[in-house]
Amino acid sequence: MTSSTEAISGTQTKSEEIKAQYKKFIGRKILFIFFSLFLILILAGIAATIGSFPITVTEVYSIIWRCLFQEPATTEEFVVWNLRLPRILMGILAGMGLAIAGTMMQGILRNPLASPFTIGIASGAGFGATLAICFGAGIVGGEYLIIGNAFLFALIPTFIILGLARYRSATPETMILAGIALFYIFSGLIALVLYFSEADPAMDAYFWMIGSLGGRASEWNAVTSVSIVLTGCVIPLIWKSWDLNVMGAGDERAKSLGVNVERTRVFIMLIASLLTAGIVCFTGTIGFIGLVAPHVCRIVIGGDNRFLIPASGLFGAALLLGADTVARTIIAPMILPVGILTYIMGGPLFLYLIIRRKREYW
Amino acid sequence: MKLKVKDVKFSYASVPILKDICIELATSEVLGVVGPNGAGKSTLLRCIDRILTPQEGCIMLDDHDIKKLRMRELAKKMGYIPQSTSNVFPATVFDTVLMGRRPHIGWKSSDEDTEKVLETLKLLNIEDLAMRDINELSGGQQQKIYIACALTQEPEVLLLDEPTSNLDIRHQLEVLDIIKKIVSERGISVIMAIHDLNLAARYTDRIIIMNGGTIFAAGEPFSVLTAENIKHAYGVEVEVNVHAGRPYIVPIRPLR
Repeated sequence: MTSSTEAISGTQTKSEEIKAQYKKFIGRKILFIFFSLFLILILAGIAATIGSFPITVTEVYSIIWRCLFQEPATTEEFVVWNLRLPRILMGILAGMGLAIAGTMMQGILRNPLASPFTIGIASGAGFGATLAICFGAGIVGGEYLIIGNAFLFALIPTFIILGLARYRSATPETMILAGIALFYIFSGLIALVLYFSEADPAMDAYFWMIGSLGGRASEWNAVTSVSIVLTGCVIPLIWKSWDLNVMGAGDERAKSLGVNVERTRVFIMLIASLLTAGIVCFTGTIGFIGLVAPHVCRIVIGGDNRFLIPASGLFGAALLLGADTVARTIIAPMILPVGILTYIMGGPLFLYLIIRRKREYW
Repeated sequence: MKLKVKDVKFSYASVPILKDICIELATSEVLGVVGPNGAGKSTLLRCIDRILTPQEGCIMLDDHDIKKLRMRELAKKMGYIPQSTSNVFPATVFDTVLMGRRPHIGWKSSDEDTEKVLETLKLLNIEDLAMRDINELSGGQQQKIYIACALTQEPEVLLLDEPTSNLDIRHQLEVLDIIKKIVSERGISVIMAIHDLNLAARYTDRIIIMNGGTIFAAGEPFSVLTAENIKHAYGVEVEVNVHAGRPYIVPIRPLR
């Protein structure tokens, strides 16, 4: 009698224990999301004060408050509102978008080494921009020539892979191999254009491909465009996060759980590509954010995409904002393109992650 | 009949894998599918779960053609555990088992789903593993977790592809005992591809032997697992004994 009641209460407490542990695990994920948010706020505050023009944090916030209602009048107001704030916002938005696109690409390709650029988006965009810069040739004319061209050419690899998926089912292997092939094709085309162009535009095109948050990227209309693209893309991605979790356990198991694997994979690829193209066309190809941010977040909060998407988005935003702040100050008054920094800092960080990983993946 | 497979033909490119397969499965029945490597056992299971689409023939679940069911509807009624799965990314056991609820829920899982996961973990006696990462577990433990996932799916038909491959004998028996238990408790029907003829004889109600994409023999374990049938299907000379009321096969030598 006593032993059976003990047994019952024993199993009940065990269930309660698991529930408590599970809640704690979820709490840890939410904590990390808030931590990243906090990090962004701190970094944004620092970034707004740093520069050749000294302005304190309180001044920054009062200027932002004033400029919400009126056009910037003083030099301080102009510096904060038209130079620093859009650049900070662009850093946040681009970091967020690249990290989320990277998370999704890694998820659908079931490959922790995938990034937003794995299927050839970066070289496509690079070719589009190079064409526009060197030859002034493009699909959209006028002042949006480079941006429009970069955006449209960034999407070409995606559509080629979509077309391939009609002949071969959209498996991760097919997509990665096609991405590598497209990378080579577009790299060759970029080299061809650069070879036949003048030195100055070739230099410009090369700098475009490094990626930076300066120039066109830190104008208010760029910030608006990217935030629209980001909102439009992140909602369907979060909606699909459960399916992506199931696909993590393999195509067959996902299918047997009722997920249309091929269609979901193609859908997510399309949205992630749109998101990446929408950012890259303004900033150029900023590497490593989309690769490193999802990794770091998986180490901390695990692989559940429902939490991983917001977490890596916020962490990626903090990462890019931090990198850009360093890029602006490291050899001040000169400003480095942030792309140089993400490559140079991202590489060692990645090596460190490889050394400390516990298993085949992390 | 719970499930009917009628004249199913399937080929990869132009290589025929299944030729006119007909199977009937009753409610609460365990059907074992045995046969040499490459006989088409896994392909058959994949066709039944609509992971592959047969070129000819039809598969009826409760008298509904599965081709006409929506994927999610089929997933509510049929579970499938593939022979091998690989996780690339970290996932806790709890979250993995919770995935079985995917056909039943939208974006957010409810308390009821959590309860079902806990219930299944208890049923399989794997509560201690709940918060562990599935990739850190042994093959036997992983197999139990995939079974748990399929059980939280609450299917009426469960398809198992080599549930005991890579398992030690203790895990083999544990896993098959669990399957036997849920068949009798929940009245689900099971089709199980299995290599070990003795386990097949012990844990199934009926057995079919497949060979070269066709059903070579079908029926009760005693009528199917004869020395003659095994010699034809596998090219192996065996001795069939009786142990605990079931045939017990002792392999002697491969035939030249």
